[in-house]
Amino acid sequence: MMGFSRPQNIAFWVMVAAIMIAPAILYPVFLMKVMCFALFACAFNLLIGYVGLGSFGHAAFFGMGAYITAHTAKVWGLTPELAILAGGTVAAGLGLVFGWLAIRRQGIYFAMITLALAQMNYFLCTQWEFTGGEDGIQGVPRGYLFGIISLKSDLAMYGVVAVIFVAGFLLIHRIVHSPFGQVLKAIRENEPRATSLGYRVDDYKLMVFVLSAAIAGIAGGLKSLVFGIATLTDVNFPMSGEVILMALLGGMGTIFGPVVGAAIVIAMQNYLAPFGAWVTVTQGVVFVVCVLAFRRGLVGELAARRRLSL
Amino acid sequence: MMMILGIPAPLLFGQLMLGVVNGAFYALLSLGLAIIFGMLNIVNFAHGALFMLGAFTSWGLLNYAGIGYWWALLLAPLIVGAFGVVLERLFISKLYKLDHLYGLLLTFGIALILEGLVRNYYGSSGLPYRIPAELQGAQDLGFMIMPNYRGWVVLAALVMCLITWIVIEKTSIGAKLRAATENAPLVQSFGINVPRMITLTYGAGVALAAFAGVLAAPIYSVNPGMGANFIIVVFAVVVIGGMGSILGSIITGFGLGIVEGLTRVFYPEGSATVIFVVMVIVLLARPAGLFGRAH
Repeated sequence: MMGFSRPQNIAFWVMVAAIMIAPAILYPVFLMKVMCFALFACAFNLLIGYVGLGSFGHAAFFGMGAYITAHTAKVWGLTPELAILAGGTVAAGLGLVFGWLAIRRQGIYFAMITLALAQMNYFLCTQWEFTGGEDGIQGVPRGYLFGIISLKSDLAMYGVVAVIFVAGFLLIHRIVHSPFGQVLKAIRENEPRATSLGYRVDDYKLMVFVLSAAIAGIAGGLKSLVFGIATLTDVNFPMSGEVILMALLGGMGTIFGPVVGAAIVIAMQNYLAPFGAWVTVTQGVVFVVCVLAFRRGLVGELAARRRLSL
Repeated sequence: MMMILGIPAPLLFGQLMLGVVNGAFYALLSLGLAIIFGMLNIVNFAHGALFMLGAFTSWGLLNYAGIGYWWALLLAPLIVGAFGVVLERLFISKLYKLDHLYGLLLTFGIALILEGLVRNYYGSSGLPYRIPAELQGAQDLGFMIMPNYRGWVVLAALVMCLITWIVIEKTSIGAKLRAATENAPLVQSFGINVPRMITLTYGAGVALAAFAGVLAAPIYSVNPGMGANFIIVVFAVVVIGGMGSILGSIITGFGLGIVEGLTRVFYPEGSATVIFVVMVIVLLARPAGLFGRAH
């Protein structure tokens, strides 16, 4: 299905089954958080894993999606699906600007530029009125899906998050395995060669950057509805660092890696929360270990050992 | 009271002074980043954390060993620089054959560990570090009042930048360093120990960051986040100036500090973002950076 290889197909249905069974065992809000961040990490992975563009400013899109969704749902009274759409659209617009600026430079400079632009966005968010400054936007109503179905219960919200997550996941898989996605991989492997073959490399980069930003914005918007809050934490730099960690730990350039990475990182935050700054130290150690010992990430290592494509 | 462009002169010059002080830190930090990048091909994300470590080391020297500011100015860079050498040998040296991105990720991880550890043991609130007795007080320059310590910071940073520039451009060590940056295998074939040079370069770049940290200790409160706040701005400075030129780093660092200071006078709301705006303009007009070479 959807151009999945056999092992991918199995893994996909295992994931879907897990999403359906898990709320019976685990706390649904925790699972929704995992899915929001998994979608965010998949969007980030689309750039770093398949085009080789390392964005260090993805919190800007996630956070902006969260702010816009929260604002339109709370102040404008939009229904949740429209609020999320608004969040994704604004994030895509922001991605268009950031991408247009950042693709002027390559490699390490690309990373630094995205980081700096996201930091500028953060400072603007501290000053804009609609973001509520230090307080953020609180008490965001989950509202009624299509104006009819109340999302007040965690289970109803869980259904929405699950559907959007799976749809986003499949969309990214589709992008990667389309002819467009093949050009992206060609750019990752050898940019001058892709150029010499007649591809407008910058157009491809910009387009995938906007797609990634839009999906990250949708993930942020979902998160703000689940928790009813959008704050400066969502746009700040540590959030960009976390999404990098998720993709790196799970496996950059694998379809399932970011999902696994997100689940582990969020679980780690939950269980280590009482230990304060040890969360940061642990995350740092995971970074160092991943870079030095297994750069392919958990899923990537598994796939390489078993000679599978995951 | 003297007025310039409708602004009271002491206010204008006071903010300008603050800008130059910030610029001194931008210059020292971006200089270290440029030296490390030139030699190791790694963007040292841990630079901010090592700057913070420099400040904490001087605080520790004073509070645990009773060693004052002046000795700390010498010892803290040596201690943190030695720590940098260990980091390079243990971790960073394993990455030279890999994509640049991994260097950024690894040093980012190191930064998280250092900041997390310091936060665990010393909290987030910040520790006070007194201005040394010799540099307390201020000079009345007529048009403004200049605190002695701030003047000293600018002077010390300028001298340090000048020393670094002389070492790299005018000495035989610097010549070897520049040659190894251009073509390491060739330099190695002349019998020069390039790996050791790389290690020491990292140590020196880190020591520069720690030196800046000691200078910063009495100005900013010594806290675990002080480096993280700086490093992202310094990255923007590096994008604006390009990492190809030593002199370029110094000029860009001071220049942007001044721009920031002036913005604080004329449009305070923009002072946090002005450097990023400059970066955007430079990217549009000269994508390779002001002093950069196009690849």
